[in-house]
Amino acid sequence: MFAGENGLKGDPRLQAISEAIRVVPHFPKQGIMFQDITTLLLDHKAFKDTVDIFVDRYRDMDISVVAGVEARGFMFGPSIALAIGAKFVPLRKPKKLPGKVISEEYELEYGTDCLEMHVGAVQPGERALVIDDLVATGGTLSAAIRLLERVGAEVVECACVIGLPEVKISVNLMIAWADCEKEMMLEHCNNHQSRLFVMCHCKAHFVSVLNNGWDGECYS
Amino acid sequence: MSALKDEDPRIHGIKTKIRVVPNFPKPGAVQCAGIMFQDITTLLLDPKAFKDTIDLFVERYKGKNISVVAGIEARGFIFGPPIALAIGAKFVPLRKPRKLPGEVIFKEYTLEYGKDRLEMHVGAVEPGEHALVVDDLIATGGTLCAAMNLLERVGAEVVECACVIELPDLQGRERLNGKPLYVLVESH
Repeated sequence: MFAGENGLKGDPRLQAISEAIRVVPHFPKQGIMFQDITTLLLDHKAFKDTVDIFVDRYRDMDISVVAGVEARGFMFGPSIALAIGAKFVPLRKPKKLPGKVISEEYELEYGTDCLEMHVGAVQPGERALVIDDLVATGGTLSAAIRLLERVGAEVVECACVIGLPEVKISVNLMIAWADCEKEMMLEHCNNHQSRLFVMCHCKAHFVSVLNNGWDGECYS
Repeated sequence: MSALKDEDPRIHGIKTKIRVVPNFPKPGAVQCAGIMFQDITTLLLDPKAFKDTIDLFVERYKGKNISVVAGIEARGFIFGPPIALAIGAKFVPLRKPRKLPGEVIFKEYTLEYGKDRLEMHVGAVEPGEHALVVDDLIATGGTLCAAMNLLERVGAEVVECACVIELPDLQGRERLNGKPLYVLVESH
């Protein structure tokens, strides 16, 4: 689904949501403009609006699984799951989930990390939503999609509160921005079933940007 | 105080959904002392039981002038936000070190082996606010004490600690310095 079709453009709630997100420069390291959603969680109305917008989008899509990526995906996913009557499945860093898990590796800027999901949490044929606070390279989301598809689920969409202005995605996803007219299609898009829905664009901290030129990245 | 004593019909359904996983070790985690890990993820797989869990907390705390729900990383992040949204409170994540960007205050606490630290954002909570602390489980009470310390240091009043599960044999309730604790199920 693309931005033009979802009727959200110009929705006044989006501006308040975007304004509630705080940018922390040079965290966790120099040059990174960290998009901090904790300030959104402090604003009850904006937080509720965020969840409501996701719920309105997903309630009639026959979704039975909301998978949240540790740890900030846990802050948004359960409320959405509860509202649409879906189960919530945490996707966690290694060795956090007790019992039998499956594991999927993904790339970081330096090195790799791993995402795990409980065996038996999701059944074949289930329709799933993946939630995280932010999408940067898409590496984590790709790993999440692979975990769900490995157990036979269909990932209907990935949903994030924030996305980079030019999302450097390493997986083929059609992207819909809630607040933007432009559709973004990747060159190698091959009609992959999964899509990505993003509520707000990443915010830059312009004072720091002017000092360095634009070689800073926005990601969390 | 346990909701068990009220015999709410939803409690039984919640209790049966919690899975016990033997021999789940995590260095320093008190749950491994009993070698039986209380796994709430199976509760989250049952939409009705998960909703009942949240509803029980919301019914208790709605209209009580609570403006802050503080959730302890990471499983407190699963239960805290839905409660906060339903009762009109803000949600404040209490996190492991170096996860929160910007200025934080911290409290160190001891584990079975070694120490850990809980952090909270400066400015997230104002003096005089009424706060609830949420986690999935209370064992020795060490983490909850650290959480209460952070909130009280910025001038908030901790109204109650709320957990899905209590391990009464570890006597965490007694460690809370008289602060009330509300749990849904006990596990021995």
